[in-house]
Amino acid sequence: MAEEIEQRLTSERDVNMDNEDSESSDYVDMWIELFLGRKGHEYFCEVDSDYITDRFNLINLQKSVSKFTQVVQYIVDELDESTLENMPRQRLEQLEKDARKFYGLIHARYIITVKGLQKMLIKYKDADFGRCLRVYCNFQPLLPVGLHDVPGEDCVKLYCPSCEDLYNPKSSRHASIDGAYFGTSFPGMFLQAYPEMTPKHPVKRYVPKIFGFELHKQAQLSRWQELQRLKLIKKLEDKKVDLNKSGGYKLLEG
Amino acid sequence: MSTEYIDNNSRSSDEDSGTYDEWIPSFCSRFGHEYFCRVPTDFIEDDFNMTSLAQEVPHYRKALDLILDLEDVSDDESQGQNSYDQDGDHNMDASKEKDGKGKTQIVNRSIIEHAAEQLYGLIHARFILTKQGLQAMAEKFDHKQFGTCPRYYCNGMQLLPCGLSDTIGKHTVRLYCPSCQDLYLPQSSRFLCLEGAYWGTSFPGVFLKHFKELEDYVERKGKESYQLKVFGFRIADQAISGQRMKWLRQYPSTEEEWDEFAKCEFELPQP
Repeated sequence: MAEEIEQRLTSERDVNMDNEDSESSDYVDMWIELFLGRKGHEYFCEVDSDYITDRFNLINLQKSVSKFTQVVQYIVDELDESTLENMPRQRLEQLEKDARKFYGLIHARYIITVKGLQKMLIKYKDADFGRCLRVYCNFQPLLPVGLHDVPGEDCVKLYCPSCEDLYNPKSSRHASIDGAYFGTSFPGMFLQAYPEMTPKHPVKRYVPKIFGFELHKQAQLSRWQELQRLKLIKKLEDKKVDLNKSGGYKLLEG
Repeated sequence: MSTEYIDNNSRSSDEDSGTYDEWIPSFCSRFGHEYFCRVPTDFIEDDFNMTSLAQEVPHYRKALDLILDLEDVSDDESQGQNSYDQDGDHNMDASKEKDGKGKTQIVNRSIIEHAAEQLYGLIHARFILTKQGLQAMAEKFDHKQFGTCPRYYCNGMQLLPCGLSDTIGKHTVRLYCPSCQDLYLPQSSRFLCLEGAYWGTSFPGVFLKHFKELEDYVERKGKESYQLKVFGFRIADQAISGQRMKWLRQYPSTEEEWDEFAKCEFELPQP
């Protein structure tokens, strides 16, 4: 991290020196851009700086980091260069760490707003969060979710809208991201906002077989589970839920 | 024939590496072949174990010889090279024969290599159902060489490789999780093109039945499942995104459910 900070400082100095070609380097120097471009940060979307600077959105976040105002300024690149340069190295490292954490917490709030959901929709359509590895889910794109809203509890998990289950991220880089940076409510809000993104759920199951004969115990359980599904269908049909649209079941082929 | 082969071999190996490259270990240690275990040669040499494989794999004899290192292809190639040299020396009678042989060898080599891989895969599928094979696979299973279940609540359960068909060319390899009893694709792309028939459809089943303690362990495991919530509230069943897949990870818990479970022993009762 120290290296990155140094890089950033030197590049900032460069900008000061020759203001003529600042158009290109200025863009690269944005803290948020740098943060998003970092390896392993592919799950994050860009939070508008208007959203970050609006104090209303930051209610209750003040105590999550020390020198809260400075951190906010640092994220939106409004901190004086002179203060940055005069800062001791340790403080700078702390500031960078706080900024990352703070951005994550704002991110969790931002992605359940209308604008944030739109940005996440694009990422979902590009399958930026990976795809479900379950064979019968047919490469369903996943959605990130946290199990806690408090940072430091657990890492980010991935929710599959097709099998409605929770998976660990494939790469260890992603597995180390705090779950609180996405929040517990995100997939629910996302599917409420874009119900058409709910896929039809696959019904097909796998039962282990030996020379073509199903294992009895496993087959019995899958029959019982199928019974539970049929009961659910009956209940939903009584409530007049259309199961032929998205959110219904994908019927077995053949 | 065999003494000649050994002589040839020792000569060539002295020149380059000193150790002779056996086909089976080199195949198993190749990148992306981590799921394969080594089939002992005495299993392959037993003709009974090879029943009907001759019809399924082209160039069966040659492929088998290649697997068992009975015919060293690279040696033949160098022989071909020699014969070219000899041709220049007008050493006609012996070299002409060798030359022709060397050429067909070169043409066929990749085909034979491919056939050998297919044959080995099919032998592998048979071998891993034997006691010895199950033991070898169990060792790999313990070392998590087939990966772990991506499902969060399976808590890193080891997976078992599994085919969806016993004939070549239908499906690639899948991974079975004994904990959630579901099928997954390999995490790493290098396993995505492995032929499923090389593990066969029966392997996970036989494995589970052979190592009973695995099933007991799975049964004792926590049966948690996930439910989508927004600000702590469940989503209504009627909503499009409402819960529809609970049954997939559901296990009987109440007495009533166990009764129902008992009724499912042989057929699906009418709900």
